[in-house]
Amino acid sequence: MSTSRSYDIVIIGSGAGGGTVAQELAPLVRDGVRILVLEKGPRFADQEFTGRELEMADALYQDGGAFLTRDGTMTLAFASAYGGSTVVYTGTSLTAPQRVIRAWGVPGLEHADLTRRSAKYAEQNNVHALDDPLINDNNRLFVEGGRKAGYLVEQFPVNVKGCRGSSLCNLGCPNQAKQGTNRVQLPRAERAGVEVVTRAEVLRIEPDRTLTVRVSQKAAGTKGAPSEWAPGDYAVRARIVVAAAGAIGTSALLLRSPLPAPRSLGHGFTCHPALILVAEHPRPITNDVGHPKSYFVDHGASERFVLETCVYFPFVTAKSLTGFGATHSAIMHAFPRLQMILILACDHVASGNRIAVSRTGSPIVHYRFTPETIDGLVRGTRAAARIFFAAGARRVHAPADPPLLEIADADRLEERVTASSFRPGMLAVSAAHLMGGCGMGRTAADSVTDAWGRVHGLPWLRVADASLFPDSLEINPYLTIMGLADRVAEGVRRDLAVVRD
Amino acid sequence: MTLSSPVFRAVATCVVPEASRFDAAQWDEMAAIVARAIAARPRAMQRQLALFLILLEWFPLVRYGRRLSRLDPARRTKFLDRLQRSPLLLLRRGFWGVRTLVLMGYYGRPAAAAEIGYRADARGWEARR
Repeated sequence: MSTSRSYDIVIIGSGAGGGTVAQELAPLVRDGVRILVLEKGPRFADQEFTGRELEMADALYQDGGAFLTRDGTMTLAFASAYGGSTVVYTGTSLTAPQRVIRAWGVPGLEHADLTRRSAKYAEQNNVHALDDPLINDNNRLFVEGGRKAGYLVEQFPVNVKGCRGSSLCNLGCPNQAKQGTNRVQLPRAERAGVEVVTRAEVLRIEPDRTLTVRVSQKAAGTKGAPSEWAPGDYAVRARIVVAAAGAIGTSALLLRSPLPAPRSLGHGFTCHPALILVAEHPRPITNDVGHPKSYFVDHGASERFVLETCVYFPFVTAKSLTGFGATHSAIMHAFPRLQMILILACDHVASGNRIAVSRTGSPIVHYRFTPETIDGLVRGTRAAARIFFAAGARRVHAPADPPLLEIADADRLEERVTASSFRPGMLAVSAAHLMGGCGMGRTAADSVTDAWGRVHGLPWLRVADASLFPDSLEINPYLTIMGLADRVAEGVRRDLAVVRD
Repeated sequence: MTLSSPVFRAVATCVVPEASRFDAAQWDEMAAIVARAIAARPRAMQRQLALFLILLEWFPLVRYGRRLSRLDPARRTKFLDRLQRSPLLLLRRGFWGVRTLVLMGYYGRPAAAAEIGYRADARGWEARR
């Protein structure tokens, strides 16, 4: 027996996409439009962000941050919380490269329009370059080493306000400095009268626009507030539905719903597979204090990789190193002397890389590494090693045989770092930029939605998250998601105006 | 097959040699972390893990005439190294999974953070001045 509720607009998900749509549509509440946001994860109080690694990973991430692809060779990290993955990103704020948007070739989607919209959110979220005194050694060495090695090193604009440099961004900022949708767009939407219900999972969407929603109980001893609604099943009627549950969540939801969805639903999944590399310096450096991700090197267009500064927590660092035993332990015990670089491969849509659902409706991600993606990781590893050595590191731990690269190896990286050491199942590859599954395009024959996120053949259903990307973005995606979500909100406003007229 | 079984400890001490100095309470702490992680995983995965641990224990019998937990540390390490380089994805993946659990159990302990010199603090720069 389920309880029935009725709304004009229901937004599924509260991350970069859902939070943006909620804020942009919020003024409609004044005109009597009823808007509901359904978020699967809980709402956390400020003091619950403790920065403790396993505790926060369990609380914030799906499967503790280790959602496995079908063949078990990569883990995917995505959050389940009020604010979605904006709670756990580092706040790095880049706008989509023109060459990428051109290559997407989506009729009606112009780079200039997307840039203009993304800029609006960059301003709203206080995006700026951090001042020099806040930059730690880990980042400074990347700049020095990168420039010495001949790379163009760029500074990340970040969306923080009052950053104290905890370095704990990926575990949820303990100081509420990061300006995610949980801090900016959702509170604004709620103040304007949008209703947000947490711990509310949408199981499916019926063709008559009824959503089957399950509100779960807060388990004893767990973090987060109880749901705003009583636990149980609900039938929520909507005139317009906006799916913004992330690439995996949205694709899986539409796949398990009895809707006449386009054939390409779930296809075109990309994720920027990433490796964490570490290098040991002869002296201690500041690495676990300060904003962790302040600089990057973009070789996406030429060599299919992007390098970013990073620092991770003990367990994530340990599992990211290749091998085991004494060598592994020695590197871990050198933590105060470690410099870290994240290598992201710019993967592209490949046949078979897709999101599906199990018989019970759970998401399954099929992903195989193409030779081009492996090549991006190999080239990125060599580049990172060059930067480490140029920055003064005495050894680099990398996927190689043996995994320790000494200074003497610096001149023969092509020989030491080869694709043969990048075998799936032997490396800790993870990804947090999950894209595709509901790609934009011209018609149902080549895509799931149009350039405004409207699902082909279902004019009342829109998508507003990274699942819209028809191919990988090759940079950190959140500002692009917000720009696209802004377009979705505009489309919804147009639809409502037509209905009223 | 449990997390306090000889085979799990044999793998753990190979993956993180410092674990061989653990007392009973430290083993319990590590096992509790790993047990919590496993309990959150689907039943099928839990069964696969239990099965893989059994295979890990008995596989070396073919080559070395002894179970994994009875092998000396050098042979144990050699055997596990072969597994992680196996041409079979299933074996590489299985070992990768067990290795990840061991590392979670070891480095997920607050004491391990202090031991390796990891000092991140919510107060950030202020805590270092």
